[in-house]
Amino acid sequence: MSNLLTYISVNDGKIKRSSLEVLSRCNAIAEKNGLTSAALVISDDTSSVAEKLKAYGPSMIYTIEDPIFKNHLNTPLLKALTLAMDKINPDVMAFASTEGSKDVLGALAANRDAAALADVSEFEWSGDVMKAKRPVMASKIISAVEATGSPIIITVRSGSSEVVEKSSEAGVESIPFSIDKNELRQTLKEIISASGDKIDLSEAETVIAAGRGVKDEEGRKLIDELASILKAGIGASRALTEAGDYDPSLQIGQTGKVVSPQLYIAVGISGAIQHVAGMANSKVIVAINKDPDAPIFEVADYGLVGDLYKILPPFIEELKKIKG
Amino acid sequence: MKFYVCIKQVPDVNAPLQIKDGELIQDADRNILNAYDASAVEEALVLQEAHGGEIEVVLIGQEKAKETLRKALAMGADSGSHILTTGNEEFDSFSYAKILASFFKDKEYHYILCGKQSQDTDSGLTGSMLAEFLGLPYATNAVGLQIENGAMIVKRQGDTGQEMIELPSPSLVTCSNDMNDPRIPSLKGIMQSKRKPVDTINVADLTGDIDNGSAKTSVIGFEEKPKRAPGKKYEGEAEEIAKEVAQLLDSAENVI
Repeated sequence: MSNLLTYISVNDGKIKRSSLEVLSRCNAIAEKNGLTSAALVISDDTSSVAEKLKAYGPSMIYTIEDPIFKNHLNTPLLKALTLAMDKINPDVMAFASTEGSKDVLGALAANRDAAALADVSEFEWSGDVMKAKRPVMASKIISAVEATGSPIIITVRSGSSEVVEKSSEAGVESIPFSIDKNELRQTLKEIISASGDKIDLSEAETVIAAGRGVKDEEGRKLIDELASILKAGIGASRALTEAGDYDPSLQIGQTGKVVSPQLYIAVGISGAIQHVAGMANSKVIVAINKDPDAPIFEVADYGLVGDLYKILPPFIEELKKIKG
Repeated sequence: MKFYVCIKQVPDVNAPLQIKDGELIQDADRNILNAYDASAVEEALVLQEAHGGEIEVVLIGQEKAKETLRKALAMGADSGSHILTTGNEEFDSFSYAKILASFFKDKEYHYILCGKQSQDTDSGLTGSMLAEFLGLPYATNAVGLQIENGAMIVKRQGDTGQEMIELPSPSLVTCSNDMNDPRIPSLKGIMQSKRKPVDTINVADLTGDIDNGSAKTSVIGFEEKPKRAPGKKYEGEAEEIAKEVAQLLDSAENVI
């Protein structure tokens, strides 16, 4: 029996930082209220992940391992989650908000007859009531929400808590799992991946985002160069992903990814509310745009008014000097 | 082939908003067809053009939401069902999914399409909840759909790439607005929409064992988003401002 259970997202054997943020938050709630906070890993290879997790203070680590979890597919993931929840019986099941967790949240809640809160930016749990905040209306407004009953299932936006390291002697328990091909009812035929070895946008400390002002190969080269100096993830506005200049998985905004890096550099992005919804919680925002009235300047800490093709080269030069 | 598309009327997030005593007030009562649902309607129309069949749109909402149902019919859907609410109910995603599940209980269909989320609340729960209640295989966040040899091929935007998923019929798909540009109804479409059949069902006739108490979550109030401290604009010679800001990001912000 664990009161809080955090699902640990794993990508290519790497733990997603956002799920460590959620685990750290659950640990803090557990500590305050005398509860337990366990972790759940569902992956094709769980042992090294479980070992690494011990540095982040879960009371217990549950694992479900099967080759089927190499790639995301909702039927096996749902089966594993329901199995784990039957066994662990948590009052709160928490996920980092990803396309993977969003894919199963509703179905899992329906299956468990449970309350679900999606994409919360903060949460507090006293042992019976979940109080949380959610950005709504394209993140212009914060809605205070409550959920009761058990279990309560939530997904949490990245950047909503700090990751706190805390070594633990957590036990590891493997939950047996198997799935028959006939149960799948769906087939993953192919994954078209453009990300390759690039930095994961949702995890990056620095994000460079390109918008409509980045018009050509020369502009995209400047973006690449800036990103490589700052070891940044590259994102794009909807205009550029729709135009095919950047992969759709790189879209930042209400429809795409929500990011909250330490440094966000918006290059040639006007700042439509749908875009701002995906980046407004970044710590430091720099905007480069030739239109002094562009709405992006309303959220930017540093607004550079001018032609990005003239500003980026000296900006890159100066950063190179600083980086030494 | 029978397609159902679940649609919703939502407040226009681009309209001015304010908060009074924790309540959200829209200055202009501007309501629109949820953009993600519009993409679902568009995609159903494209599939219908290629494969034939019939499209019915389903909407839960008050009387005034009928205009949104008419919009989907004007785009080209064949018929509609309006599940009429009074406005006094306190429904959450779970309640909406339950109501839709009881609507679909005695229906026959090949595919149900939904928007992936509402653009006002961005929860994205109802579609996959409905699939689970109906016991249907499903895919969310579709950015492309094709029917091949009687199976639906969904291109789904996942965390690191696009997943190509094959779903049998019947199944449910939630649609992203990245998959298409929904058509603007033509004048002819608008005229025709007025003669298309719309079935009105009182929500109370569908709720059965569920009532207002079925909502598992509630909204306590609304707050303004904390304002960011005002930033500084740098205008002037490109090289100078570029250097100045680069240095500040290092010395003042320590983020380089």
